[in-house]
Amino acid sequence: MDNVIRRRTPRARLLRAGLYALLIAAALVYLLPLVVMVLTSVKPIEEIRAGALLSLPSHFTLDPWIKAWSSACTGMRCDGLSGYFVNSIKIVVPAVAISTLVGAINGYALTKWRFRGSELVFAMLLFGCFVPFQVVLMPMARTLGWLGLASSVSGLVLVHVVYGIAFTTLFFRNYYVAVPDEMINAAKLDGAGFFRIFWRILLPVSGPIITVSVIWQFTQIWNDFLFGVAFAGFDSQPVTVALNNMVNTSTGVKEYNVDMAAAMIAALPTLVVYVLAGKYFVRGLTAGSVKG
Amino acid sequence: MTPTDSLSRASSRRAGRRSLAGTLERVLPRLVVAPSLAVALFFVYGYMLWTFILSLTGSRMLPQYNFVGLEQYARLFANERWHVAATNLVVFGGLFIAICLVLGLALAIFLDQRIRQEGALRTIYLYPMALSLIVTGVVWRWLLNPSLGIEALVQSWGFENFRFDWLVDPDMAIYTLVIAAVWQASGFVMALFLAGLRGIDDSLFKAAALDGASLPRVYWRIVLPCLRPVVFSAVMILAHIAIKSFDLVMALTGGGPGYATDLPATFMYAHTFTRGQIGLGSASAIMMLCGVLAILIPYLYSELRERKHG
Amino acid sequence: MKPLYTLAAGAALAAAVTQANAAEIEVLHWWTSGGEAKAANLLKQKLEAKGHTWKDFAVAGGGGDSAMTVLKSRAISGNPPAVAQIKGPLIQEWGEMGFLGNIDKVAREENWDSFLPPELSAYDKVDGHYAAVPVNIHRINWLWANPEVLEKSGIDSLPKTWDEFFADAKKIRDAGFVPLAHGGQPWQDATVFEVVLMGVGGADFYRKAFVDLDPEALTSDTMVKALTTFKKLRGAMDPDIAGRDWNIATSMVISGKAAMQIMGDWAKGEFTAAGMTPGEDYLCEAAPMTEHMFSYNVDSFAMFKVDDKGKQQAQMDLAGLILSKDFQTTFNKAKGSIPVRMDVPLDDFDACAKSSREAFDTAQAQGGLVPSLAHGMAVSASVQGAVFDVITNFFNDPDMPAEKAAERLASAVRAAG
Repeated sequence: MDNVIRRRTPRARLLRAGLYALLIAAALVYLLPLVVMVLTSVKPIEEIRAGALLSLPSHFTLDPWIKAWSSACTGMRCDGLSGYFVNSIKIVVPAVAISTLVGAINGYALTKWRFRGSELVFAMLLFGCFVPFQVVLMPMARTLGWLGLASSVSGLVLVHVVYGIAFTTLFFRNYYVAVPDEMINAAKLDGAGFFRIFWRILLPVSGPIITVSVIWQFTQIWNDFLFGVAFAGFDSQPVTVALNNMVNTSTGVKEYNVDMAAAMIAALPTLVVYVLAGKYFVRGLTAGSVKG
Repeated sequence: MTPTDSLSRASSRRAGRRSLAGTLERVLPRLVVAPSLAVALFFVYGYMLWTFILSLTGSRMLPQYNFVGLEQYARLFANERWHVAATNLVVFGGLFIAICLVLGLALAIFLDQRIRQEGALRTIYLYPMALSLIVTGVVWRWLLNPSLGIEALVQSWGFENFRFDWLVDPDMAIYTLVIAAVWQASGFVMALFLAGLRGIDDSLFKAAALDGASLPRVYWRIVLPCLRPVVFSAVMILAHIAIKSFDLVMALTGGGPGYATDLPATFMYAHTFTRGQIGLGSASAIMMLCGVLAILIPYLYSELRERKHG
Repeated sequence: MKPLYTLAAGAALAAAVTQANAAEIEVLHWWTSGGEAKAANLLKQKLEAKGHTWKDFAVAGGGGDSAMTVLKSRAISGNPPAVAQIKGPLIQEWGEMGFLGNIDKVAREENWDSFLPPELSAYDKVDGHYAAVPVNIHRINWLWANPEVLEKSGIDSLPKTWDEFFADAKKIRDAGFVPLAHGGQPWQDATVFEVVLMGVGGADFYRKAFVDLDPEALTSDTMVKALTTFKKLRGAMDPDIAGRDWNIATSMVISGKAAMQIMGDWAKGEFTAAGMTPGEDYLCEAAPMTEHMFSYNVDSFAMFKVDDKGKQQAQMDLAGLILSKDFQTTFNKAKGSIPVRMDVPLDDFDACAKSSREAFDTAQAQGGLVPSLAHGMAVSASVQGAVFDVITNFFNDPDMPAEKAAERLASAVRAAG
């Protein structure tokens, strides 16, 4: 949007100052939990027991971080979060890749090769967005048992792909709807086939929405706890399960600083993705994915 | 063989090829979408059906197929905790969606004013979405706790009479859920609206400026209507978050004080898994989904229809 | 030379057999804190010394709630772990569904019935056969106190009855402290309530109400009295109890903000971690009116049915190790509970543990041993949940009269059972 309010009257300048003030105040509120987490994670435990939330540490220490990464207990294993990171990556990467690809092809087929009932198919696929995971926990357990995929990384990947398709299809379908049909139709007349058109014409312009889809799926799957705890084997538990074990000990002594450090470590990948790729995220959304 | 014969044979061969290609062209899209549809049919609708069947049985700790008709639903409606949970979902969901939309739109409009450091501010509003609530739940619990968090802080600044004890008040605790949920999701809504705003044609604004329309009027008459599809996407995503809100409740209030902040998702989980009452839990799940459908289907219908026409 | 050959052959055979019977077993549990893990790691090491492999599958949260959910989903998918931490009546439920195995062999060999209290070992038996092995005994009805705070409030001994308690509470309030530290979570509310009920009604009444679930007992005047006393306790607490974790409440006692807390013996761990000694820096006594009663919470490991002979051997070995004297001593010292093996001497244990053992013996002799409802020992999970709902709601609702709560208790129990 352009210069509608760029007049340089004093009133406008006052408004502008007010605008900045509002935005900064909002930013502070949004940052508050993060600040608390960081502050708590660098204090020694005695200070936490004694002190207030927002106080600056009198003894700055990185011990909680080191402990969280390499020696905190997550069960009988006291190796910190390090091993679980790898597990999470093994789960997230294939799941994101597959669900994004499937979503892209679905979106393409539903918008550029409209057939009778394609809108209905879209609506039916969309419902998958609303399935609460607790509801499908049991039937999924039984299904994975049948398929012989219980307690395995492949099983978890399957689960995440299945419930990710609804979202990725939504994103790609909305994006491709806004891509002009002329190029596609011209290619069709030239005799280009289904996959050729996808590969040559649509995919090259899909950068933004692929980014959106990957970021969304990465966040959802990396932060998932329920499926991870129920369907992972003892050696393939993702980092959220380890974090939960550290933070939610029932009758043991709690070390809040280590807990916060661990939480930050577990959140780092998604945070980094949002900070670095955030602008691509908005760009991707701008490029037509939300206009219907 | 005459030239016309061979020509006609060639053209009929081409026609044959074209019809084969034509069939392929018709079939392939359906073929490609079919696996996803099959997956949805099985893993979404199939499981819903299974849950529905279970809600008609007397299953307790593990699924059993002893049918008891609608008894579980009767038990559900007689259960006071369920009523609290259902009401909470309406209150929480409604407030959450409304406030996120308003806040997201406001932030987007403000950010769109050629702000310096827009990127940094945008990241700050957006980052909460990256964190899972297991991560931030404990922090919010501290922040909202009267003796540890914000109330204590403000009181320590000298405002002795400041009260912010919603977390421990059974009537107000549900609003703390709204606060944490809005914190998490409003940045995303802002991003959606920002994208939508940026997609609005400049010429519309120039024309309005030429006509001498005031700023609020421009927004009201032009911008908001253009953003309708964005509102649709946002509502879909927010509604999905509201219904799935499980981590949020468990991390922030544990359903308490008492069960004042229980939501259908936590009710269902507690009864199906912790309390070994699968039949009752399944009934609550079905009611939850019915509620979702009741709101979603009319909304989807109206939006998809509009898009086809306009 | 023949005997030597036989010996060698015998040794080789034994080694081969041990090797053949060495197995990997997956163990599901929720001990994830540093202290618990260190204590339980001994078990892992000993098991591995026997040639088996311990595959650790820990799931924290909710005092075992999350672990039970995972167990259920694993059972449904057809591959339950070989060993799982399950408590009390839940063991029976799993056994009745045919999931559990039979470890009578090791029970006979090691003569478990000779040193396990029969009231407790009954939980671990399905159809008269051992299917699980108990690990420890926690006592619930403890009152923890900070002697400094008591002294400053002019109180010289901990209250023995609820009337004394309320009188003391007033003195403590006047001195500027919080009389009773508490965390407003359903399980904590229920813990305090059942301790009050035990005291007010006695062991027999408690059993009638909370084990037999007799509707008359649930709506009786005794129940109403217990509920009223319980509600009155709110006046002895600070206003910010909602959602507070139990260990934060304990830290209020440790730091001298509050005088007392009613909590199970795992609270000892917090005091120890703060460097305090029992008897000097903190006091442990039976909660008011429950001096001759022992409300117990026993952790057990249940053995699931497995076909593989090696796994079965590993399960038996694990069970035997759990009840071995030195594991019982080391583990319980670290965890704050007392050994479930009655013939283990408690010489090295601290004063509170010794007092706990004495209380157990007395209670056992006098019929004061009661299972804790709040910790899953007395009734099924659905009844427990229903009771939690009523109690916590009653506690948080300033207007609900105790009679109504009692009625609700009876109807909730009926609806859930």
